[in-house]
Amino acid sequence: MTELAGGLVQSVDWLAVAPPTILAVVALVVLVADLFVDEAREPLLGWASVGGMVLAGLALLPLLGGDRSTFCLTTGAHNCSYVADHFTLAIQLLVIGGALLTALLSLHNQDRLPQGEFWFLLLSSAAGAALLPASRDLATLVVALEVVSLPAFALVGLRRGDRLSSEAALKFFLSSVTATAVMLLGVSFVYAATGTLHLTALADGLTHAPAQLATLARTGAVLTLVGFAFKLAVAPFHFWVPDTYTGAPLPVAAYLSVVGKAAGFSGLILVTVVGFRPYGDVWGPALAVLAALTMSVGNLAALRQRPEQARSAVRLLAWSSIGQAGYLLVPLAAAGYVTDQRHQIGATVSYALMYAVVNLGAFGVAALVLRSNALNRIADYRGLYASRPLAALALAFFLLCLAGLPPGVIGLFAKVVVFSSAVDAGLGWLAVIMAVNVVVALYYYLRWAALLFMRPEPAAGQAAPVVRAPASLTAAIAAAAVVGVALSGAPQLVLRFASGSLL
Amino acid sequence: MNDTVLQYALVALLVLPLLGAIGALLPAPPGLKGRDPDQAVLRHGVSVTGAVLLLSIVLAAAFDYRHSARMQGSTDLSWIPALHIRIHLGVDGVSLPLIVLTALLTFLCALHAYFNMPEGPSPKAFVALLLLLEAGTLGTFAVLDLMLFFLAFEMVLIPMYFLIARWGGEGRDRAAFRFILYTLLGSVVMLLGLLLIGLKAGTFDMVALATDNGSKLSHSTQIIAVLAIGIGLAVKAPMWPLHSWLPDAHTAAPTTGSVLLAGVLLKMGTYGLVRIVLPIAPQGAHFFAPYLAAFAVVGILYGSLACLALGRKGNRGDLKRLIAYSSVGHMGFVLLGIATLTPTGVNGALFANIAHGLITGLLFFLVGAVKERYGSTDLDRLAGDGGAALYGTAPRLGGLLAFGAVASLGLPGLAGFWGEMLAMFGSFHPAAGLSRPAYLTYLALAAFGTLLTAAYLLGVVRRVCMGERSAEAVRLADVRGFEFAAWSPLVALTVLAGLWPAALLGLTDPAVRILLGGH
Repeated sequence: MTELAGGLVQSVDWLAVAPPTILAVVALVVLVADLFVDEAREPLLGWASVGGMVLAGLALLPLLGGDRSTFCLTTGAHNCSYVADHFTLAIQLLVIGGALLTALLSLHNQDRLPQGEFWFLLLSSAAGAALLPASRDLATLVVALEVVSLPAFALVGLRRGDRLSSEAALKFFLSSVTATAVMLLGVSFVYAATGTLHLTALADGLTHAPAQLATLARTGAVLTLVGFAFKLAVAPFHFWVPDTYTGAPLPVAAYLSVVGKAAGFSGLILVTVVGFRPYGDVWGPALAVLAALTMSVGNLAALRQRPEQARSAVRLLAWSSIGQAGYLLVPLAAAGYVTDQRHQIGATVSYALMYAVVNLGAFGVAALVLRSNALNRIADYRGLYASRPLAALALAFFLLCLAGLPPGVIGLFAKVVVFSSAVDAGLGWLAVIMAVNVVVALYYYLRWAALLFMRPEPAAGQAAPVVRAPASLTAAIAAAAVVGVALSGAPQLVLRFASGSLL
Repeated sequence: MNDTVLQYALVALLVLPLLGAIGALLPAPPGLKGRDPDQAVLRHGVSVTGAVLLLSIVLAAAFDYRHSARMQGSTDLSWIPALHIRIHLGVDGVSLPLIVLTALLTFLCALHAYFNMPEGPSPKAFVALLLLLEAGTLGTFAVLDLMLFFLAFEMVLIPMYFLIARWGGEGRDRAAFRFILYTLLGSVVMLLGLLLIGLKAGTFDMVALATDNGSKLSHSTQIIAVLAIGIGLAVKAPMWPLHSWLPDAHTAAPTTGSVLLAGVLLKMGTYGLVRIVLPIAPQGAHFFAPYLAAFAVVGILYGSLACLALGRKGNRGDLKRLIAYSSVGHMGFVLLGIATLTPTGVNGALFANIAHGLITGLLFFLVGAVKERYGSTDLDRLAGDGGAALYGTAPRLGGLLAFGAVASLGLPGLAGFWGEMLAMFGSFHPAAGLSRPAYLTYLALAAFGTLLTAAYLLGVVRRVCMGERSAEAVRLADVRGFEFAAWSPLVALTVLAGLWPAALLGLTDPAVRILLGGH
């Protein structure tokens, strides 16, 4: 670090960093514009944000060509802080697409939320989520993770005067801050042991760490992973999820369950597979146990949800998202057991993409039903087919995808990819636990799906008049359904990640 | 040249019902509106299933009968390279008769529904579901990739569920849910077995796996895989003790549902055993064969005893339920034939499969007609003390019912005879390595089962068809034109298969020998 300043100047590849940058800039523009726009024109802010997201999505196109990197060290080994490789692009596509669908879900009920703040927070959080998969050093990673979560607390608590909402926000905030503190401690330990924050250099440093620092390095690694486990709501650190999701505005819950989770997972992948690669024998088994625990806890709790309870629909989706996070962890755990980890990472990415589409779709239909049934109980979905046939068919399709049954072909094969990654790594026991969990989950997904097609209760039939669905909401559900059906016809579109090289 | 025809016919056979199902949901185009929308959509169902039947006849005509062991009309496209899943279609001597049977029965059902739509919601959904069901069943018999097989196998569940739950009779909700729960759990277990085979052998292609004949799979893998796959298929077949969804589903289902359930859906289970388990995991099949045979024989006896009990006076037995239980017995013979692992037994099983489809399909049609006329299928209410005297009130219907019953009990000269005889013949000389005394015992018990079958079926004929015709009884409508059209092909084929079994056996035998590992 004794070079002259001139040698240290980095040239920035603005095209590579465009997707998160556009999101961040539009966020600021919206925040400032909110001051000058009168109330009648406030919906314009929403459309501006949607436009910004579309623009950020288009900015991915020129990057498809190949690996670009920027913010690189000009001295020594070629270590970069920002890399736009195929892994980054896949996750950024998921994040931006997910944010876009969330935006479409929230466009219609803006009268209840403060406009400018909502869009600013959503865009900032999305910018962080888009930055996360690209970051290749621990500092950027932690900063990006915080950029994802800090606006998210505010989003959860945004419904002013709603006790449940603020309680949810507080719970989320406290658990997340603890996670960050633990993670920062871990990162500092790792830095102390290796003297570097760049992930690739870190892997090298950990192998050659002095013997007396080995314990420190290991402790640091474990603490960092615990931090991630908190953020990802991996059991046993999952307790905040159901309350947070039910308390938050519905689109925000959808956003957290998809984009928040995907961003967290991409961070976890980078840290484990790239950074802590030499410790595969430690985090591999640990993640395997966590995966088994997470999916079992999530699915068993989802099984126990009673359809008559208030807010049971979102609560069920919350528990099911914990269960799905367990499946997402399986290939990651398997990555600790094999030397060539490309298939495992690809399996997680494919599964995450599938999950993002269908889960957002399910939340979309939930948002639609919420308009006529404020309680949002699963029991309210009874006979949905009679009043809204298309929405019912879409929800049934999404649920079957989540369950992994035909005609949700993409859900089935995404599960098969995950399953085979466990078998390939010799994790037979984990594969068996996953199979049992899939069967358990079948029950509650199917029960919900069957409810849609039952005859509506005679008394409740007139109580809920069918409200015309807002166009943006319809568009969001239709988009998710079209993508889901297209993927079911050509699963290779996402499953190719499982056979190709991403990192 | 012929192979190209076969290839296109086979693809069209699968695509046409799917397109038809979508078409049924769309409004009718101008010029095809018919009398009213309901009639138009039902006619659409008849024409699409009719076209599918024609295609299946083209398929049968273009099929090269000298090489019935070879896969013909193969289509092999890459679908999901990441998982090595291919769209691989083909037809050989084992699948061809089942494809034709499916197309025929579905067409007859559509025809029947056109004139006699079951009560329930709109016919639009009915026709769409019927066509979806047809696509799924034809797919099951035509695909040659384990994952596609699973997809097609599953695709059948949803339309069947709705056919029972929406157009069914008493107790339909419970019966439908039970049906989907049993078969779904079974097929999830089957999926695990299929995955195990696919991941261990490195391919999901059934032809490649059958050519390997299990040489790439370890003994323990084969045993676990056969157990898992076997459970899934046994639920569908159904094998005692996994049969308990069947009587309820049959009783609650509308006539078309029962016909397709018995005639086609049950075949998917036994077809899977022959196509997947026997060639791909022969060691596993060998390990479980005696158990399968034992369960099969218990099924035969259990089915017949249940039928005997239902047929007795004062037990309030339901005629539909009785035929459903008789299916358990008949499918027991099929399973027994497969469990002998000999060409004789497996050929017999495949023959019995087709025969059961024809005969039980006919019986369910007939019982549906009885229900329509009397408003009930409760034997006690039907027969009263003396008997329903169908011979007197509706002689043709009574005659057909008696024909179906004697065909079902296996009268020589009709289709029911050969399959069961060959299955028992196979167990007289089971494959090498299987305990002969055990199989001889099974043989004796199965033979006893045929006696019981004869007893209850003749009892039913006596109670329903015979009896004193009371003076005040209204003369019931006898067999009507459309019913005659729907039933006569089944009657004709039953007689034909009974008199000329070599036509079918000559088709299946070469393929069966290949599947059993001979070359």
